[in-house]
Amino acid sequence: MNTLTAKNTDTLMEPRAIRKTKPESAISIKNLNVHAGSHHILNNINLEIPKNKVTVLLGPSGCGKTTLLKSLNKLTDLYKELDVSGSVFIGKDDILNSNHNIPALRQKMGLLSQKPYPLPVSIFKNVAYGLKLKGVKDKKLIAYNVEQKLKEVGLWEEVKDRLHSSADSLSIGQQQRLCLARGLAVKPQIILADEPTSALDPVSSKIIEERFRELKKYYTIVIVTHILRQAQRLADNVVFMHYGKIIEQGTPEAVLKNPQSSQLKEYLVDGF
Amino acid sequence: MLTALVLILLFPLLIGVALLFKSIPLLNADSIVNLLFSDNWAPNSGKFGFWPFIFSSLYVTVLSFIFSAPLCLLAAIYLTEFASARLIRIMHPVIDILAGIPSVIYGMWGILVIVPFVGDYLAPVFGLNSSGYSILAGGIVLAIMCIPYMLNMLIETFKSVPYGLKEAGFSLGATHWETIKHIVIRKSRPGIISAFGLGMAKAFGETLAVMMVVGNIARITGNPFEAGYPLPALIANNYGEMLSIPLYDSALMFAALVLFVVVLLINLVFRYLIIASNPAKV
Ligand SMILES: Nc1ncnc2c1ncn2[C@@H]1O[C@H](COP(=O)(O)OP(=O)(O)OP(=O)(O)O)[C@@H](O)[C@H]1O
Ligand SMILES: [Mg+2]
Repeated sequence: MNTLTAKNTDTLMEPRAIRKTKPESAISIKNLNVHAGSHHILNNINLEIPKNKVTVLLGPSGCGKTTLLKSLNKLTDLYKELDVSGSVFIGKDDILNSNHNIPALRQKMGLLSQKPYPLPVSIFKNVAYGLKLKGVKDKKLIAYNVEQKLKEVGLWEEVKDRLHSSADSLSIGQQQRLCLARGLAVKPQIILADEPTSALDPVSSKIIEERFRELKKYYTIVIVTHILRQAQRLADNVVFMHYGKIIEQGTPEAVLKNPQSSQLKEYLVDGF
Repeated sequence: MLTALVLILLFPLLIGVALLFKSIPLLNADSIVNLLFSDNWAPNSGKFGFWPFIFSSLYVTVLSFIFSAPLCLLAAIYLTEFASARLIRIMHPVIDILAGIPSVIYGMWGILVIVPFVGDYLAPVFGLNSSGYSILAGGIVLAIMCIPYMLNMLIETFKSVPYGLKEAGFSLGATHWETIKHIVIRKSRPGIISAFGLGMAKAFGETLAVMMVVGNIARITGNPFEAGYPLPALIANNYGEMLSIPLYDSALMFAALVLFVVVLLINLVFRYLIIASNPAKV
């Protein structure tokens, strides 16, 4: 623990020149283990998630990608059967081991799940909800933000005339974009996306994917996908997992074009 | 199959028509407003004012609702959101057993426990004198009978809220309570209303257990420590006994018709509330 803290201050002290050569980490995962009873879901994960880059998590079903994502914003807390140990540093805070203000911590991250789950309120209120939780009262400011975020995800033109109707009335693709807008409205630094396009039609998928390419200028993105082409198109950094372990990681060229491990080779053969 | 379905669908109608048909002699003898809202109950002199009975029925129902609804809501939230999986596993059969206990047993238990409790402990606290056989005792017994029903439905409702929706709330920075308040309860609103509606309809129509503890005296009083006489009790107590009195037979049919219509109304009102509260329309 001590050495970790020391090391961390060191990085902060590093002169600019050196830091540039080493990409800055937005999230730094150390010895993360997750158990469910005797099932070792995540096995000693060590991973640096580079800032303002897209990190793609790949791996066969059940290898622990979703669990890894949920560990990053402590959604694992909701599952009493999960036992999480290790450290996850966001900046210099170890979120697993400090009694952090967890809601505030989660607001640093926007989560986009596999299926859209619009809140049971209007389109407008869906996007405004995070701001409301933050205590923003200024109606004009909220309305401005809602409009901005809906524009950011390309939904504004489609919904501007029915902002106050139920979010359930939107198509699935629109709902997913709404969920993205809702997540962006709390001004996160990191976006966590768990197969965000797997439930969508090709057109909506493409829209979401394009949004991600825009968003990566401003956000650190961690995305799980089973679509290798999507991984190729989006990733700066690919992480391949297998049975709760990280097997390979690197640039998309290195990992996808030149796999080393037998597990990854097999996965790629099946995937393409 | 289809015939069975049609029969089931027609059944309420048939019941209603039969009751109406049998009530006609009484309806010919007096105006419906008089019958419903007069408090003059003197069958021997041909006066049939049902208001005391309707009033008692509404009173015990509302009391039982006040006692049971908030309790069930909190219990269901606790069980689905906070309790350990083990507690839920234990609670499920317990609730089922409670729901399956025959109402006569609730009635006996009411006489043994609730009536003395109301008469000997509760009434003196308020400086009142009560035999214990009272509207309040009826309300309490009804509440206890309704709890397993409502609780079961509420638990199912809360359990059906998708995990992903709650995770969405948490990931936006909601606390557990905020997630429950803004998302779980909101999403469950139609289910909550429907559970309350069914509970109320059940309470309004429940006969035996209430009859055993409510005192069965026809009068109108706001004081819950005094006896009341709900509609179902009137029917059950007198049918087949007082039929020598002219029109009494028809009067009891009319009482049944009122009971039937009110239960129907409760159902309709709640059905409307469910539709109106559907989050899809917010
Ligand atoms: N709350 C839990 N309790 C018990 N086991 C769990 C829990 N959550 C996940 N698991 C198990 O952990 C393993 C990893 O699950 P996870 O959802 O992280 O996989 P995944 O890589 O996201 O798979 P997929 O690609 O199918 O989404 C699975 O075997 C799963 O059954
Ligand atoms: Mg998954």
